[in-house]
This record gives sequence, structure tokens and C-alpha cells, in this order.
Amino acid sequence: MNEIIKMTATELAEKIKTKQLKSAEVVQAFIQRAKETDSKIKAYMEITEEYAMAQAKASDEKIASGKETGALEGVPIAIKDNILIKDLRMTASSKILENYIAPYDATVIEKLKNSGAVFVGKTNLDEFAMGSSTENSAFFTTKNPWDTDRIPGGSSGGSASAVGAMTAPLALGTDTGGSIRQPASCCGIVGVKPTYGRVSRFGAVAFASSLDQIGPMSKTVEDSALLLNVIAGYDKKDSTSINKDVGDYVKNINKDLKGLKIGLPKEYFIDGLDADVKKSIDQAIKIYKNLGCEIVEISLPHTDYAIAVYYIICCSEASANLARYDGVRYGFRAQCDNLLDEYKKSRGQGFGPEVKRRIMLGTYALSAGYYDAYYGKAQKVRTLIKQDFEKAYEKVDIIMTPSAPTPAFKIGEKSADPLQMYLSDIFTISCNLAGVAGMSLPCGFSKDGIPVGMQLLSKHFDEETMFNVAYKYQQATDFHKQFPRI
Amino acid sequence: MKISKKDVDYVAALARLEFEQKEEEKLTEQLASILGYVDKIKEVDTSKIEPTSHGFSGENVWREDTVVKSSEQTIESIFKNAPAKDGMFFKVEKVMDIED
Repeated sequence: MNEIIKMTATELAEKIKTKQLKSAEVVQAFIQRAKETDSKIKAYMEITEEYAMAQAKASDEKIASGKETGALEGVPIAIKDNILIKDLRMTASSKILENYIAPYDATVIEKLKNSGAVFVGKTNLDEFAMGSSTENSAFFTTKNPWDTDRIPGGSSGGSASAVGAMTAPLALGTDTGGSIRQPASCCGIVGVKPTYGRVSRFGAVAFASSLDQIGPMSKTVEDSALLLNVIAGYDKKDSTSINKDVGDYVKNINKDLKGLKIGLPKEYFIDGLDADVKKSIDQAIKIYKNLGCEIVEISLPHTDYAIAVYYIICCSEASANLARYDGVRYGFRAQCDNLLDEYKKSRGQGFGPEVKRRIMLGTYALSAGYYDAYYGKAQKVRTLIKQDFEKAYEKVDIIMTPSAPTPAFKIGEKSADPLQMYLSDIFTISCNLAGVAGMSLPCGFSKDGIPVGMQLLSKHFDEETMFNVAYKYQQATDFHKQFPRI
Repeated sequence: MKISKKDVDYVAALARLEFEQKEEEKLTEQLASILGYVDKIKEVDTSKIEPTSHGFSGENVWREDTVVKSSEQTIESIFKNAPAKDGMFFKVEKVMDIED
């Protein structure tokens, strides 16, 4: 195995900048790895070799001529295929966008280009980011690099699997109810959902606008901090991005944790929790105690309503957001002889079953006579969920939970019953409803050798503490240094 | 939670979605099951609670509505994605049926 693909993004950036490695050589190593493994893993919608090699060459020339370089100069990154890169195809893993070529860059892409990052490919997802396993992709299902019979998680399953299989040191995902953290947990990597408003959503395909955030995925905590440094910040093209200074998430990552209070919400440690998950979390608690942290039991009393609230809100917002896919200006169009039929058939044939299910549920929840009982009510319970977090943070600095109730399940195990699939997001959903930041990081393996993840939840805009707490854990453990055999 | 075929037809028309019969039967069942589950929020007392519409701030952001000119190349790349076009126009089927 080429040593380059085992390096972290932080190491690669340093080695490229100091001319110990050429970007072209690094990018080639990862693309070679992707070519060798992706027929088994299927993380990528497209490996953008030509595009990447041109970027790598430009980075190498920049460094050779002594010009100023960016924080990720020459470092490869995989991008979830619901984020626009100008002139590249962007499908959102949907038939309705199968041949869509992006006319502009998302803000995060613009920022990554300015930092010198190299785009090695577009990764598979559940159609329109709706799902927890990539089984809802209209094109194919991505496999877990630790066991190809299992799901990689979702919806950012392609990005998680790409990093897990070492075909890219970094990736971007999007997270509406756990779509970065749950696949990160399944694939044994780090995944971060920043505070709502921390990262611009401009140029990411809208699913549920009050919940969606773009975030980093990587093998190490430090790499995700480095990537968030690049993509965070206010953007006038996204009015929900918050005009607040971006700190340096790497700078204070190694602070001592003595006296830090970690909250364990009792509602998350339920009877049905998988034994391997429970064991790994218990060990993590011990490690934090050894690091001088105080462990405090807390309560988030409205946790039991989170999934219900989430599915009403996300489907309602999705039904409005996805109204734009009408086959008029772009996307799939079914041929008919009048416009109304054209809408209905284009959408009926262009969208997959899960997307249609959610549009229907959302349209129902917003329709006359049901609005107050569903959407209005859910928004009020959302307030209570948010208040639960506010009260908890009066007592603790950070909250710790399992990322998912079980390690990655088998492909096909839950795909027949949408409700069972929804319930697998139970630990990640409240974070999006409250708008706080969250992260999953590897904290063990099941007896079958499948990764287990733990979740850290910080206050609004307190990613700095979250990265610090996570980094210290990785300094004390080596779960993030394990590589799957594929 | 009971959902009838009539309910599903009505919502499908609002959502501009057409379903095949088998697909619709399955969907009716699934919607009933999901709605049955989410109905649990009704047990929460929210009589004195304000709704939350956003993850962080709920304040509106105002700006001037100014036209920013796009490059020829951008315009061209937008029209390249059009299913049917006529110069600088998107072509669609007729909107209204005119009976003579």
C-alpha cells in the first residue's frame, strides 16, 4: 500500500508546501487507490481525474514559483454530489438531475479553490440526501469499506466510504438530521455538522433549509478542524449564514481538559442500545475521566419526540424546496401535450420512492386543515427541544452520546420499512433541530470488527471546544489509525 | 391513522406528482404508518410555546433587490441544462387548454 494514502491531510499539506511531495504525486496516489477499490466500494458517482490533475499541476507550479499558497494547497478532497462544482455534473443521486452540469460554484467550493484543494471526485448519496444508507441513491448503493455487505450510512455515505477506504483524505458532506455524523460513525471516520449558519449553504442542493449544513469529513479530528477553517464564514449569498468571526479551530485544539464538564443525556442510554456500542461509550467515558473531565448526568426530556418533529419539519420544507424540479429550466422532462401533465409525469418519473414519500408527507402536513396540527405543532415542540439543550448547557460544557444505536447494519435490512430506517437517526436528529454543532468520531469496534462512533454536541458556535474535546480523545486512543482491509 | 385513496389523490395533485396504481397503494399504507407515528407530538402541551422556524436566529435579513449581470458564459451554461429552448427562452407545452 502506498504510504501517501495513509497520511493525514495536515501532513500532506505540510509535505506539499515544503516540497517534500508534489501535489500531482499525492493526487495520483489517491486516484490510483480509488481505481483499485471503487469497483467494490462504489463511493464515487464520478472520479474527476482530469480535473484533479490539472488542479494539482497548478498547485505544484504555484509552489515551485514561490507564490503564496492556501491552507489546503494541493490536498485532495472528495465532494458529496449535492454540492455544485462549476462545469462538473451534479446529480444529487437523482434521475431528475442525471445530466445536470453546474453553471456555478457553491460558496464552499469557491473557498476550497482559493485554499488550493484538489477535487478528486463526486460522491454518492441517498437521493437528495434523504436516507441513512445510500440505498435511496437512484444509481447504486455504496458499500461499507469495513464489510461490503453492510451500509456505509447515509446520506453522505459516499463521502464517508471514500475517506474510510482511503481514496481521499478529506471529504465534504451535508447533514440535515445526521447525514454526516451517522455515516462517519458507520465508516470509522470523523464527521462534523457545524452550528446552523456557520457554513454557507449557497450552491448545495436544498433539502430542509432550516436544518441543512455542509461539513467536513476526515480520518482525524485535526483534519476536520483544518477543513472547517477553510469553509466556515458568513456569505451574503446565504442570508441564514451568521455574520460572526470564524476562530482558528486548529490553534486551541490541544488545550488541557481538566475540569471540563461532559453531559450524558439519560434519554440516550436506553435499553435497546447495542451492547458493543454501550461498551465503547463506557470506555470513552473512562478515558475522559482519566483526562480530568467531570461526567455529569443530564436530561433532554423531549428527546422522544425528536424523530416525529424532524420528519414533519424536514418533509414540509422538502416539499417546498423540491417544487422547483418541474422539468422547465433544467432536469428531467417527460414529454406530454400539456404543462400540468408534464409537471406530474416529470416529477412522478424523475423522483425516486423515498423523495416522493417525503414530498407527499410534507405536502400533507402543510395542507389546509392539517397545518396547525402538524407543521405548526412540530415547530412548537422544536422550541421545547431547543430549550432542553439550552438548559443542559447551563450545567455542562459539552454533551456526549452514541452516534447511532447500532454499528452499520446489513444492506437491505431496513430498506423495506421507511419508519424503521427513520428510527436509525434517533441520536443525531435533535442537534439539527436545536441548531447546535455536532461531531461523530470513532471510539471502538464491534465484535464483528465494524466501527462504532461517539457523538459530541457543543453549544452554538462553540466548535472550538468540540474539536478540543475530540482531539484529546484521539491523542489518547488509536481507533482513527485503523485501516480497513479491502 | 387512516388515509384514504382520496386523500392521497388530493395531496398528489397538490404536490404535482403522478403515481402508478401499485405505487400509490403502497404509499397509502406507508403514509398511514408514518403519520400514525408522528401523531405522538399531539401529546405534548405547547399551549404557551412559541414556534421555532430556524436552527439559530429567526430574524429576517433584508437587502436591496439589485440586478447583477451574468456573463455570456454563465447564461450559456444555464441554457445548456434546458430540456427545450428557443434562443434565450425556455420552451414548454401550452399552459391553458383553449376550447374553440
